[in-house]
Amino acid sequence: MADFKHIQKPEIVEIETDFLAIGGGMAACGAVYEACRWAKGKKLKITMVDKAAADRSGAVAMGLSAINTYLGEKKPEDYVKMVRGDLMGIIREDLVYDLGRHVDDSVHLFEDWGLPVWKTDDEGKTHDGAYKGTKLRDGGKPVRSGPWQIMINGESYKVIVAEAAKKALEENRLETGVEQNLFERVFIVKLLMDDKVENRVAGAVGFSVRENKIYIFRANAVLTVAGGCVNVFKTRSTGEGQGRAWFPVWNAGSTYAMMAQVGAELTMMENRFVPARFKDGYGPVGAWFLLFKAKATNALGEDYCVTHFETAKKLYGKWAERLGTCIRNHMMIEDMKLGKGPIYMNTHTALQKLAETMTPKEIKHLEAEAWEDFLDMTIAQAGIWAANNIEPEKAPSEIMPSEPYLLGSHAGCAGLWVSGPEDFGPKEWSWGYNRMTTVNGLFTAGDGVGASGHKFSSGSHAEGRIAGKSMVQWIMDHAGYKPSVAASADDLAYEVYRPLENFAQHKNYSTAEDINPNYIKPNMFQMRLQKIMDEYVGGTSTWYMTSKTMLEAGLKHLEKLKEDSAKLGAANLHELLRAWENYHRLWAAEAHARHINFREETRYPGYYYRGDHLALDDVNWRCFVNSKYDPKTGKWDIFKREYKQIIPD
Amino acid sequence: MPSFVISDKCDGCKGRDKTACMYICPHDLMSLDKERMKAFNQEPEQCWECYNCVKICPQQAIEVRGYADFVPLGASVLPLRASDSIMWTVKFRNGSIKRFKFPIRTTPEGSIDLWAGMPEADLNNIKNPGFYTHQGSGVKLPVPGK
Repeated sequence: MADFKHIQKPEIVEIETDFLAIGGGMAACGAVYEACRWAKGKKLKITMVDKAAADRSGAVAMGLSAINTYLGEKKPEDYVKMVRGDLMGIIREDLVYDLGRHVDDSVHLFEDWGLPVWKTDDEGKTHDGAYKGTKLRDGGKPVRSGPWQIMINGESYKVIVAEAAKKALEENRLETGVEQNLFERVFIVKLLMDDKVENRVAGAVGFSVRENKIYIFRANAVLTVAGGCVNVFKTRSTGEGQGRAWFPVWNAGSTYAMMAQVGAELTMMENRFVPARFKDGYGPVGAWFLLFKAKATNALGEDYCVTHFETAKKLYGKWAERLGTCIRNHMMIEDMKLGKGPIYMNTHTALQKLAETMTPKEIKHLEAEAWEDFLDMTIAQAGIWAANNIEPEKAPSEIMPSEPYLLGSHAGCAGLWVSGPEDFGPKEWSWGYNRMTTVNGLFTAGDGVGASGHKFSSGSHAEGRIAGKSMVQWIMDHAGYKPSVAASADDLAYEVYRPLENFAQHKNYSTAEDINPNYIKPNMFQMRLQKIMDEYVGGTSTWYMTSKTMLEAGLKHLEKLKEDSAKLGAANLHELLRAWENYHRLWAAEAHARHINFREETRYPGYYYRGDHLALDDVNWRCFVNSKYDPKTGKWDIFKREYKQIIPD
Repeated sequence: MPSFVISDKCDGCKGRDKTACMYICPHDLMSLDKERMKAFNQEPEQCWECYNCVKICPQQAIEVRGYADFVPLGASVLPLRASDSIMWTVKFRNGSIKRFKFPIRTTPEGSIDLWAGMPEADLNNIKNPGFYTHQGSGVKLPVPGK
C-alpha cells in the first residue's frame, strides 16, 4: 500500500512512448540513432533515459585511446575465431559473426562525425588523428595497435557519439511533437511487465536524482543497456581508491538485475573479467603489449607465460595453447603466489628498443603516445606515474590482476540469452527479432548480450543499432499494442521511494544517522556484498578460488542480504540512487554465484577457480550455462544449453 | 584521484542555468552547497577520476588529488580542453613537468550532419540484415561459409 507517512509524496510523471532505451552509453546512442532513421515519417516515439548526462555517460565517459573492434580487411570468420579462442570455446557464434559484419559501419560514422583516427600513409609512416588523410570508409589505412584494434585520439569519443544520438532524438521529437524524449538524471530501477499479455514487457519505472519525481514509462519495445557490473567484489583499494575501478564505477549491474527479475533468460553469468592492468590505477596495457611491444615478466626477469606453460597445458588443454587473456592471468597469478612478484611491464626496454631507430623528434612523439594512452582513458594512471616519479622510458611499472568484473562487451561474456540473426545460424537461436531477449518486446545490446564478448565500444554501438532497428520492426509488427501494468502509479512510487521512507521513519531513533538498527545505508550494504563475494565467490583474497561448499555458504549470506535490502535507508536522492544501484549489484552477484556453482569445472583459470573441479572439462561443459528466475515463485532454474559451432576451427 | 573544488575559484555557476560539474559527473558526485554557493565532491571514494568535472568547469576551479590510499602526494595532472584539442600538464612529485597536446575532434562541436550522403531507410528492407546505411550501398553483408 502506498502510504507516504514520513516523506513527501513525489510528483508522478507518466510517459507513453513506442521505443524506450534505458541507458545512455554506446549501445543506447547507437540504438536511438539507427531507430530514428527507420522510424522517420512514422511518428514513432523514440525515448532515451540516462541516469547521467549522455555527453559523458557509460563506459566511454572518460574517453578511449583505441577502438578495439575494427575488422577492415579481416573477415567476420576470423573475428569469431579470435573471440572463441579468448573466451575458452563457448560463445554464440551467430551473434559474434553478426556483430563482426556490422561493426565497421559504426566506426566509419564516428570518423565522419569528427573522431580523430590515426592513419598510416603511403610510405608506411603513422600519423595521429589531426592528419588529414583518406577516411577509413574510402580506403584509408588505420594504425593497427593489434590485429583488431585501431588507434584514435579519443578524448571526446563519447561527446561525439552522443551528439549524433541527441540530434537524432531531437529530430524525432519534432516529428512526434512530444515535449521531451531525452531524460537525463533519471534512474530506471525496475522493468514493468504487461498484466494482460503473458511474458511481455510494458515499460519501466524510475526516479529523478535531482527532483522529487517518479517516472513511469509505458512502451511497446524496451531496450535495457545499462552497462556491466562493477564493485560487486571487494576492491583491492581500501579507501578512496575504490572509485578507481577498472571498468566504470557507475556500472551497477542494472542491466542483468532488471532483466533477470522479469524472467529473462541469462547466459554465461559465471563468466567474469579480471583485467591485469598497471597496479592501482588500472591503466591500459593493450597498447603497451601490442603497439610498443613491451614484455611482462616477474621480478626475476622470467616470462611467466613460458615457465608455467606446460603445467597450464596439462590442465586446460588446447585452450591454454591459445594464450587467451585468462590463461595469461593464470600464469601471472602462479608466479605471484610463488612470491616471484612484483610483476613488471617492461616499458623501459620496449621504448628504448623502439627509440634505437628513431630521430629525437620521433622519440618525443613516441613518449607522447605512451602518455596519451593513459590521458585518453585512465588519467589516474598518469597521476600515479607522476606521483611516483616514474618515467616509462627509464623504469618498468608494476602490473597486477584486479578484482573481478561482470560484463558482456569487453573481454567477458556475461549477459542475456538473445535472439540471433535470421539469415543464418541455428533456427532455435532466432525467434524473429534480432537481440530480443526471451521476454517479448525486451531487447538488449553491448554489456547486456551474453556469450558474445570482445565488442568493445564500436561493437556496442553497432549492436545497439542492430537492436534499435529490430525494435522498430517489433513496434511496426505490434502496432496498436496498449501497455497494461497491474501496479498503480502510487504503489510503484512508494516502492521506488521505500529507502527514503525507511530512513525518514527511523532516523531520529539514534543520535548518529549512520548507526541505526532499523536500516542499512547503501554504502554499508555494498561493503557487505563485496565482502561476501570476495570471501566465498572467488575474489582477490582467496586468489579467485571457490568451490561448491564455499558457494553454498556464500549464497546463504546473499539470501540474508537480499532480505535486508527491504531495510535499505537513504537520506536523500543521491543515496536513493546508490541504494537501488547496490540492490541491482546484489542480483547480478547472486546470478554470478549460482552460475559458478552450476558449472562444475574451471573454464576460466586466471578469472576464477573451482577448487573442487580444477581442470577444464570440454566433454561435459563445453556448453552454455543459462538461468531463469521465475518472478512468480522466486525460484531460479539453471540449466545447460548446447554449444553449436558455426565457424570451423 | 578524487576531484576537489578550490574554494576561491568556484562561484557555484551562479550566472548559469545549471552547475556545470553537477551536470556532467557520470556518477552524481558533485553537489552544490547552496549556502556557500560552492560545489563539492560528496562521495570521493566513488570518484573514477574521469576528469569530466575538471574539463567542464568554467572557472577552472576543479582539480584532482591522488587517491589518498595509494598515491604519494605532490603530483598533479591538469587538462585544458579547447574545441579541437586538449593540453595536458603533468607535474611530477619531484617537480619536473611534461606537457602534451592531442587532437580531440576534427569537426566543430555541434556540426554533425546526421544523414549527409546517407540513404533513407526503406521499411521494405527492415527484415533484411544490415543497417539503413547498407541499403543501396552495394555492400552485401556476408554469411558464414559463403
